[in-house]
Amino acid sequence: MAARHLEPDTPELRARWGNFAWNAENAEKAKEVLARYPVGRQRSAVMPLLDLAQRQVGAETNTQGWLPIPVMEYVAAYLDMPIIRVVEVASFYTMYNLVPVGRYHVQVCGTTPCMLRGSDDIMAACKKRGMHKGHTTDDGMWTLTEVECMGNCASAPMVQINDDNYEDLTVESFDKVLDALAKGETPKPGTQLPGRHTVEPVGEPTSLAAMVKENHDYRGEW
Amino acid sequence: MPKLTVDGIEVEVPAGATVLQACEAAGKEIPRFCYHERLSIAGNCRMCLVEVKPGPPKPQASCALPAGEGQEIRTDSEMVRKAREGVMEFLLINHPLDCPICDQGGECDLQDQSVAYGRGASRYDENKRAVTEKYMGPLIKTVMTRCIHCTRCVRFSEEIAGVDEIGALYRGENMQITTYLERAAKHELSANVIDLCPVGALTSRPYAFEARPWELKKTLSIDVSDAVGSNIRIDSRGREALRILPRVNDDVNEEWLSDKARFQVDGLTRRRLDRVWIRKQGKLQQASWEDAFAAIAKAKPGASIAAIAGDMLDCETMFAAKVLLKASGSSLIESRQTGMDYAVSSLAAVNFNSTFAGIETADAILIVGSHVRWEAPLVNVRLRKAAKNGAKIFIVGPEWETTYPATFLGADVSVLSKLPGDVSDAFKDAKRPAIILGGAGLAAGAHDAALALAVKFKMVTPEWNGFNVLHMAAARMGALMLGFAQQGGIKDLVAAKPAVLLALGADEVDFSAFEGSLKVYIGHHGDKAAHAADIVLPASAFTEKAGTYVNTEGRVQFADKAVFAPGDAREDWTILRALADALGVTVGFDSFAELQAAMIAEVPALGIEGLADYGSDLPKGDAKADLGGEIRYPIKDFYLTNPIARASETMQRCSSELLHGVEFAEAAE
Ligand code: SF4
Ligand code: FES
Ligand code: FES
Repeated sequence: MAARHLEPDTPELRARWGNFAWNAENAEKAKEVLARYPVGRQRSAVMPLLDLAQRQVGAETNTQGWLPIPVMEYVAAYLDMPIIRVVEVASFYTMYNLVPVGRYHVQVCGTTPCMLRGSDDIMAACKKRGMHKGHTTDDGMWTLTEVECMGNCASAPMVQINDDNYEDLTVESFDKVLDALAKGETPKPGTQLPGRHTVEPVGEPTSLAAMVKENHDYRGEW
Repeated sequence: MPKLTVDGIEVEVPAGATVLQACEAAGKEIPRFCYHERLSIAGNCRMCLVEVKPGPPKPQASCALPAGEGQEIRTDSEMVRKAREGVMEFLLINHPLDCPICDQGGECDLQDQSVAYGRGASRYDENKRAVTEKYMGPLIKTVMTRCIHCTRCVRFSEEIAGVDEIGALYRGENMQITTYLERAAKHELSANVIDLCPVGALTSRPYAFEARPWELKKTLSIDVSDAVGSNIRIDSRGREALRILPRVNDDVNEEWLSDKARFQVDGLTRRRLDRVWIRKQGKLQQASWEDAFAAIAKAKPGASIAAIAGDMLDCETMFAAKVLLKASGSSLIESRQTGMDYAVSSLAAVNFNSTFAGIETADAILIVGSHVRWEAPLVNVRLRKAAKNGAKIFIVGPEWETTYPATFLGADVSVLSKLPGDVSDAFKDAKRPAIILGGAGLAAGAHDAALALAVKFKMVTPEWNGFNVLHMAAARMGALMLGFAQQGGIKDLVAAKPAVLLALGADEVDFSAFEGSLKVYIGHHGDKAAHAADIVLPASAFTEKAGTYVNTEGRVQFADKAVFAPGDAREDWTILRALADALGVTVGFDSFAELQAAMIAEVPALGIEGLADYGSDLPKGDAKADLGGEIRYPIKDFYLTNPIARASETMQRCSSELLHGVEFAEAAE
C-alpha cells in the first residue's frame, strides 16, 4: 500500500551497515548537536542526528543518503532511546529516505501552483530521461519523487534536488540543471529565470506599488 | 474548583479536570475512542466533540479541553449531533466493517458508538485503504485494517508497561501501528492492549473465533497466578472457562492483568486429573474413590498425618484440612512448600503493609530479593508510577530489566548491613521510605535485617507503614492467617515422619524427603506432585470452586465458582470431608456454608472483604542477623510458574518464543 516503507532487514543489510558508526568528523558534529539540548532531553536531537547519519550514508555510497535499519538502531543507541521512537520519526518525515536513493534525488512539486505553472512538463522531462516515480535509474544517478508544496509557489514550478531548490523552471532550464549535475558541476540554485534574483516581482511591482520608493500610508484609500 | 453547566445542569469539578470529566460528573455520556482515564490525553479521535461557550463557534474535543469557570457546555445540540455523525462517518471510511468475522463484535466501542451516534448509512463509495497484519507475538492477534489510530496501545506500552515497543509508523492515511520490525511484544502485561483497543484491531490470539460475548456466562473471581489477587472475570460456556478478563479494582490491579493470569486459562482443560489413581507396583493405576479412601484408612495414620498447602489454594480448603488434622490430633500443617522458615509470629512482618496503592506514594524504595516484574507484574506498574513521581528505587539482587530508573546494589544480601552512603542518605531524607522484601530475600535470610532497616530509617509511622513483604503465592497470606506454618518450615514435617502426607495442590515440594509416608495428592493437574504421589485424588482448580483468597497486602477477597470440575474431580473441601469419614474423625461441617462459617468463627478477618488488620507493631528485627549471601530468584520462567500455566499451550509457547527465542512458523490463515 504505502509507497513509503522500510528497507527489509536482511542479513546482507546487517552485513553492510551493522558496523555503522560516526566517522571522525561526524562524531564531533554529533557531540555539538547533543550539546544544544538540555541534560536529560538529548532525545530531542534525534532529528538532526538522523539527518547527519543519512548524510554519512550518502557520503559512503555517493548518493543523497538514506537510513538503513542498523543505522537507525545506531542513532537510537547513541541517544539511549527506544528504537521504535526513532523509526516513528524517520518514517514520519519524508526528508528521511527509508530506501536507497540515487546520486541525485529529484523531487518534483506537483501541487496546484506548480501544476498551473507547468510541473507536468517538468515531470515529462524527467520521464524522458528514464526516471520513474519512486525509482532510481539504472546508472544510480537519479531518483524521482513527486512531492507536495515545498513553499516556493511564488517561483513555481520548482524542483528540489538534494539540498537545493531550482525554481521558475522551464523544460529547457531544467534540462540544463540536470545536465550540469550529471557532469558533476554545481548549477546555481534558486530561480532559473534570467534577471530574477529571488522571488521579487517579475517586471514591475503589481501590488503595494506605491511602497517601492518610500513609505506610503494606504489606510486612507481602503 | 471551576463551576460550569452541562446541558443546563450545574456541576463543580476539581481544578484541572477536563470538560469530558465535567460532562460525566453531570451524568452525560460522551462517546470517545482515544481518551482513557489511565493514559495520557491524545485528543486524536475527535469523537468527544461538544459545544462550548464561550469559545470559537465550532465543536471542541472535550477530552483535551480544561474545564473552566462559567463554561456552558452542550452535549445535546444539533451541532454536537452532527459533529458526532461526521466523525463517525470519517472513522468508518477506512474501516472494513467486517463485524461478522471480527472477534470484537458484541463488545466493540466502534460498533456500539456507531449505533448510538452514527448516521446509520454510509455515503462513501471510494476504495478503502487496507493495512497488512502486523505480528505482535503469540498473544495478540492483529487485523490492522480495523485500526482507527487512537494510539491507546502505543500509550499503554510506553506509559504503563514502560516498555516502548508499539509505535505508529508513517503518517496521515499511511499511518500504521506496529511493533519494531513486527517483533513479538515481550513484556508481562502486553495483552492489556487487547482490552484497550476500542476496535477489533488487537484481539486475543488464543481466544480467536472461540465464542461471542453474549454466549458467555460471566463469573467474578480472583486470580491465583501470583499473590497480587487481581480481580478477574471468568467467561465460560458450558463446562469450559474460555477466557479471563480483568475487572476494575483501583486498589489491586487497577484494570490491568498480567499475561499469565489472562492466558493460563487453556491449561485448565489439559493434563487434568479427572480420575482417582493409586500407585501399585510403582505405577499409578485407575481406581475408585472407595478404594482410595480405604487405602488411606488402611495406613491408620492416627495423629501421624501432615498437610502441605499449595500456592493456589483457597482458604476454605486449607481450613478444612486443618480441621481434619486437628480432629486426628495433628497440627503438622505447612504452606511454604520450598522449605522457607521465616518467623510468622507477627503477620504484619510478612505482609505488604504499604498497600499497592500506597507504594505509589513512596519516595524511596529498597527492593530486597524480588524480581518484581516476574513475581508481581502489577506491583511493578505501581513502582513505575512511584518512580515517575520521583521515588528513588534501589534493588538488592541479580540484575533484571526494570521499567524505571533503579540502582542495583549487587546480588549479595550482606549489603544490607553496610548500605552505600547515597542509599542511606536517600532513605534518611525520605518522607515515605519503603522496603519490599521478596521471596528470594526471605530465603536469603534477610527478614531480620529488613525489619531492622525499617526501624533504622523510620519506615513505620502512624501515617505510613513502609515495611512490605511481597509474596508469590496466592494462597500464602491466607495460609499464614490459618496457621499453616511450622517453626522450622517443612523440615519439621519431615522430622515428624508422618504416616500420611496430604499434599493439597502442592507441586513444588521435594517429596523425596517423605520416603516412608503415604503421599496423597489432592489437586487438579498431573504435574510434579502427581508423579511422586501414592494416591491421587482429583480436585478442583480455582475456576471450579468458590473460595476466599488473601493477597500479599492482606486483602481478603472472595471468588465465585464458574464451571464444574471435569470427570470425577470434586471440590476440595468435599474430598477432605469424605476423608474425615474414612479416617473416622468428625470435622463438624457438612456443607460449604458450614465450613466457611467455622473458618470465619476461627479467623474472623477472613469473613470481611478488604484489608485485614495485622496491626503496625513490627518486630524490631536484628541488624546483626546472619545474612545468607547471594540472592537467587525462584522464578526461572515467568510463564511456567504453576501447574495450570505449565499445562497451558499458550504459556508454553510464550515461554519458548518470548523467553527462549524459539521461532514458530506462522500457520497459514
Ligand atoms: S490498534 Fe487499536 S488501540 Fe492501537 S491505535 Fe489502533 S485502534 Fe487504537
Ligand atoms: S505548489 Fe509547488 S512549491 Fe508550492
Ligand atoms: S476522546 Fe477526545 S479526541 Fe478522542
